[in-house]
Amino acid sequence: MNAKFKKIIPQLLTLTFVALVFGFFSYNAQLNMENRGISFGYGFLSQESSFDVQFSLIEYDGSHSYFRAYLVGLLNTILVSVIGIIFATIIGVVVGIARLSTNLLINRSAAYYVEFFRNIPLLLQIFFWYFAALRALPLPEDAEPIFGVIFLTIKGLFIPAFVWNNLDIFLYSLLAAIISIIVIRSYSKRLRENEGKHIPVLYISLGLIVGLPLISFLIGGVTLNFEIPELVQLAKTSFRFNGGLGLPPELIALTLALALYTATFIAECVRAGIQGVSKGQKEAAASIGLTPNQVLKLVIMPQALRIIIPPTTNQYLNLTKNSSLAAAIAYPDLVLVFAGTALMQTGRAIEIVSITMLTYLSLSVSISVLMNWYNKKIAIKEK
Amino acid sequence: MFKIKQITSLLAVVAVLFGFATESFAAKKSKTLKNTIKQGFVKCGVSQGLPGFSNADASGNWTGVDVDVCRAVAAAVLGDANKVKFTPLSAKERFTALTSGEIDVLSRNTTWTLSRDADIGLTFVGVNFYDGQGFMVRKNSGMTSVNDFKDGISACTNIGTTTELNMRDFFNSKGISYEPVAFEKADEVVAAYDAGRCDTYTTDKSGLAAQRTKMSNPDDHIVLPETISKEPLGPVVRQGDAVWEDIVRWSLNTMIEAEEYGINSGNADSLKTSDNPAVKRIVGAEGEMGAALGLDNDWSLRIIKQVGNYGESYKRNIADTGILPDRGPNEIWTNGGLLYTPPAR
Repeated sequence: MNAKFKKIIPQLLTLTFVALVFGFFSYNAQLNMENRGISFGYGFLSQESSFDVQFSLIEYDGSHSYFRAYLVGLLNTILVSVIGIIFATIIGVVVGIARLSTNLLINRSAAYYVEFFRNIPLLLQIFFWYFAALRALPLPEDAEPIFGVIFLTIKGLFIPAFVWNNLDIFLYSLLAAIISIIVIRSYSKRLRENEGKHIPVLYISLGLIVGLPLISFLIGGVTLNFEIPELVQLAKTSFRFNGGLGLPPELIALTLALALYTATFIAECVRAGIQGVSKGQKEAAASIGLTPNQVLKLVIMPQALRIIIPPTTNQYLNLTKNSSLAAAIAYPDLVLVFAGTALMQTGRAIEIVSITMLTYLSLSVSISVLMNWYNKKIAIKEK
Repeated sequence: MFKIKQITSLLAVVAVLFGFATESFAAKKSKTLKNTIKQGFVKCGVSQGLPGFSNADASGNWTGVDVDVCRAVAAAVLGDANKVKFTPLSAKERFTALTSGEIDVLSRNTTWTLSRDADIGLTFVGVNFYDGQGFMVRKNSGMTSVNDFKDGISACTNIGTTTELNMRDFFNSKGISYEPVAFEKADEVVAAYDAGRCDTYTTDKSGLAAQRTKMSNPDDHIVLPETISKEPLGPVVRQGDAVWEDIVRWSLNTMIEAEEYGINSGNADSLKTSDNPAVKRIVGAEGEMGAALGLDNDWSLRIIKQVGNYGESYKRNIADTGILPDRGPNEIWTNGGLLYTPPAR
């Protein structure tokens, strides 16, 4: 009883202290706001926002609510983070493996890339990609088409948009293909473990994922057309592209900067992970007759991943949080739209900043949870 | 003997109390005034660089009509127009800086609107520049009026300003779709517009005129004639300090009224003996205007002598720099403008 009590006392004291500190600050804020005639509340979220946003994944204009504007910002933040994470991972893995190459040219260029990009502040890199690289891009009327249909201009990247007919049937066929692949994989695994037979899973899977959607085109009535962007004239020397899918230059510059910057850190994680697997593992695997590819795939990578994942999770979190630098180059992310324009128009600093902080916290925690789950999944299962 | 001593000491106490009370009755009521006197400078929030309004030169000297409002307050309260600490603020930061007490006067080309005045703990004390939102386009685009705008036009602007809201109202009423590209800092808006990212740049017309001077080639750009909104710009203080509010308001009014009565930094001293009682009141030779504000009676004279009247400030900062040589609505009402102040009496 006494020992238990002793254990609880410090915890209680800490808790009381934390509560007091929080209480003090919230009381202070309340008092100051009262003195200055500022009201507190979240009612503004349902008011009409009356400002427009440049780029939005959901339908939005100024006649929607502030809450809708918040969702627009949040989705844009998630969009740039997801694209950034995908590209950063691909570049990072390639560069990380290249760092270990015995080819001096590959090895050195990977090393220079890492040292160059990770040692320049991210904000400067964003400015560089936006202002320096953007200025070098052609005006819409001067843009040379890439493959005849893609236009990279100072006003953004314009690519053909897909125009689907019976898109749902196509999606069902894709879903059916994925489910059958999962079934076949588990069947082949059982077959291999029980009877030692190999079936060519890869080829069957490829056949399914190409074949089933193809059938949906042939007999399911699915059609796909392309809407190609076309140049329209606004004024004598002012043009833009209409139709197709337009990606704003702000999104491109931000994604590029975030991916290239974060990839350097991921590359180092990958290199450290691979080097962290003891040499004996590789030699042992080779000595039982595995091919170099099998060595990498079956022996080295599973062990390296366990070293790579936790620090890479940090980099994913950093990328997500760094995406808030978007405000500097007019990409309408959460900080620009909600903690920027909405904050200014409503003047509700405490409410909006607290919502924004909580949102970033939830985003980061979600990524952490996901990555921890993956980390657990690939950890050595002690039997 | 004993009695006399008692009476004198009582008198002394009364005198001290009375003196204390009369001298700083207003000051005692105003926390901001008290703090300003104690720290020896006025904490003033300005823009991050808008020529003509608030702009710092290479050696860190601030000039502009917005800057002059703060200098006038410093001259009135502290006796020296240079005792101002300027804090450059973005449009986004400005109100928080004021309500949190980081600055005591916000003089940063800020539009007076109902919701800002009433909802977020601010008080606008007056108007030191009547402005309106306009559009800038490239000259070679051939656009000469907002009627030339077509669907899909991209417009660069600042976030967190009334500009964003007016722009929406304007394009909606015209039925034109547009792409808003909103930056946090004015310099970045200018850079992006200059690079060709946007077809038009929209903000207050004074801002357009001022930013045009920063373009790589100012003559390539024109400001379209239309004005799409009312933008009365003026200094702002925190709600809840009526004395400080009055000081800032009447510092601005003094500059405007001085111009109306032809009082300037050169002739202010000699006009102390003027025949016109209104003039004498403005230069502090008649009446007790200063005491009502918790200041001495030379406060207004110092403003006029150290900062000048509104016309001098306009000429020095906006006309002579080529930003807006024509005063337009920012002319004294007797000359057909909108500047009209309540009388100092």
